[in-house]
Amino acid sequence: MISYMPYPVRIDDIVVETEDGNQKSFKLVFENEAHTKAWKHVAGQFAMLSLAGQGEIPIGIASSPTEEDHLLFTVNRAGKVTTALHQMTIGDRMGVRGPLGKGFPVDTEMKGKNIVIIAGGFAVTTLRATLISLLARRSDYGKITFIYGARTPGMLLYRDELQQWAQRGDIDLHVTIDREAPGWDGLVGFVPTIAGQVAPSPENSVALICGPPIMIKFTMPPLEAIGWTDDQVYLSLENRMKCGEGVCCHCNVGPTLVCKDGPVFTRRQVKKLPIEY
Amino acid sequence: MKVFKISPAELDTMIEQWNKVHVVYAPAMEKQAAASPDCAPGWCRVDGSAALTLLPLLTGPTLASVKPFFFPQPETLLTYTLENTRPDKGMMREPERSKDMQVVLGVRPCDARSVLLNNLPYQEDQFFQANRQRTALVGFICDQTLSTCFCSRMGGSPLDNEGLDLALSRAEDGFIVEVCSEKGEALVTGLELAPAPEGDISALAARRNAGGNPSATELDSLKGSELGTLYDAAMWQSLGEACINCGACTFICPTCYCFDIQDEVVRGQGRRIRYWDSCMFPLYSLHTSGHNPRGQKVQRTRNRFLHKLKYFPDRFGPFSCVGCGRCVKDCPVNIDIREVMDDLMHLTAVE
Ligand SMILES: Cc1cc2nc3c(=O)[nH]c(=O)nc-3n(C[C@H](O)[C@H](O)[C@H](O)COP(=O)(O)OP(=O)(O)OC[C@H]3O[C@@H](n4cnc5c(N)ncnc54)[C@H](O)[C@@H]3O)c2cc1C
Ligand code: SF4
Ligand code: SF4
Ligand code: FES
Repeated sequence: MISYMPYPVRIDDIVVETEDGNQKSFKLVFENEAHTKAWKHVAGQFAMLSLAGQGEIPIGIASSPTEEDHLLFTVNRAGKVTTALHQMTIGDRMGVRGPLGKGFPVDTEMKGKNIVIIAGGFAVTTLRATLISLLARRSDYGKITFIYGARTPGMLLYRDELQQWAQRGDIDLHVTIDREAPGWDGLVGFVPTIAGQVAPSPENSVALICGPPIMIKFTMPPLEAIGWTDDQVYLSLENRMKCGEGVCCHCNVGPTLVCKDGPVFTRRQVKKLPIEY
Repeated sequence: MKVFKISPAELDTMIEQWNKVHVVYAPAMEKQAAASPDCAPGWCRVDGSAALTLLPLLTGPTLASVKPFFFPQPETLLTYTLENTRPDKGMMREPERSKDMQVVLGVRPCDARSVLLNNLPYQEDQFFQANRQRTALVGFICDQTLSTCFCSRMGGSPLDNEGLDLALSRAEDGFIVEVCSEKGEALVTGLELAPAPEGDISALAARRNAGGNPSATELDSLKGSELGTLYDAAMWQSLGEACINCGACTFICPTCYCFDIQDEVVRGQGRRIRYWDSCMFPLYSLHTSGHNPRGQKVQRTRNRFLHKLKYFPDRFGPFSCVGCGRCVKDCPVNIDIREVMDDLMHLTAVE
């Protein structure tokens, strides 16, 4: 039964991720041990963050299920609830309701495949969760390619982890920024351009692409040119949400409910939908 | 199924009995529609003799649908305190909820059916299910239909008792009472009612048979049609231009069930509530970024009709409309869902 009651959690840590201060990561721990055990999610799912007096917002789960003792959410300061959340401090209490929606098929379609992850801006959150899930069972997957871009070096999320991943030999990592910047000696260029240069083979592969719609639009042609099909490509949609449980209708895109049927869809599924997202 | 026959006086006695242990509601007449402080608009609390006041209601839909009994305005989902001195500040608590049985009189077959349809998306919703459990629907089979009624076209019938707990129909000098559920059974337990004479039972059955089989409708061809054909139809343009997006049709509709959730704090005491929303409003789909996937009026008008006639049936089977005709009567610019259906049927026929 759907109860709309969040689990009580405590803010255990807050990290300011970006130079503009607009992205913060919140590490949350359950107040009740039983809830820690009860919580089971899949990378790509989301949850409702609940602030008494402010409301609830859907946020992608940035932690992997393998990070068992806490949850991580990276939140962009945008409106009412996200601003209130940004003002909270370590030790404060709030609520989490979920996990909600369908995640990436890490245990099914992705198993045994080469994985190509393409992320733009702060849509990287659930892809961080995915990468960590994959690394925990590295031998279940083939080659892992991770392409991630942000406007400036200071706008990249999870910078410490990016460095750790770069040092591992088992991820083909490409981190890029939009324009030259002092002190940056990495890749420069938009994500679609870099994706075109990396040109990951579609053979026995699956791609997960999350980012602004414009990035997705321009990333597809170079991939299609080398043989990628719509069934191999997974996207994550966003729409305004209220219940997150497929009841309130807010998130509908035609007959599809993003909160329940998604937010993860194959590109083929997305193409069949009216453009109402 | 047990079937009784009662006189109007016996109906009064029944209602009196129910009133002692339950909360009893009846449809308000036009004049008192907004004038009852203790229940939803269009309904009133019943005290004393009701049978005769209910009689005019044997024709056409009640002013308001039964939606508020299952989906109250607002429903409290949880509560909390924000007082600084309280150790439980910010902790979410289960709301206190009434467990009183509510008995709703004068329910139309179309409205009874709407509860069954809304139950499909609300199957797992704790609040809706609790309200269902504590609500008994005492319905009136329709004597006559209005020009705006089209329940038969939507797979229902003016003579249906589906979804009702007790179904009353008019017979000579009184009413036939069909006991349609366990809740209905409980309502008549302890009352000494006479079984209905065989003649009355067969007369009712004959009326129903004459009505034909309502479950298969010519509209079913819409269900198999391609979404693209319906979605891209030129008709939405003119419909969207006419519609003023007032949302009236969605609020009076028994089968419109979407909701918004908000936090409300009064003097340090907070609650999270849900209340009726409408996909006719631009805020409904507005993202924080300012992007609005249904920013145009035509997109919203289309969404309402396609939700009822395509999206809902794709997901659950039946159409999300019971043909009560309220939206037809109350639309300020005379948009008629029956014409919308005709146009869509025409499109699929061409296809
Ligand atoms: C599946 C999913 C995952 C998301 N993941 C993240 C994430 O990881 N990090 C992040 O920063 N943001 C994420 N978002 C967007 C985030 O939910 C919105 O930025 C947030 O709801 C804005 O709330 P607000 O109260 O600050 O803004 P306001 O505009 O004041 O919001 C008012 C209400 O509108 C609704 N709303 C407005 N915009 C959106 C939107 N784009 N999506 C959903 N609901 C909205 C919410 O119910 C909110 O309570 C995600 C959205 C979805 C649907
Ligand atoms: S759409 Fe109109 S006719 Fe159909 S159930 Fe709703 S109010 Fe009644
Ligand atoms: S009542 Fe009529 S004008 Fe108002 S939103 Fe509904 S269809 Fe549009
Ligand atoms: S958010 Fe309520 S149905 Fe998707």
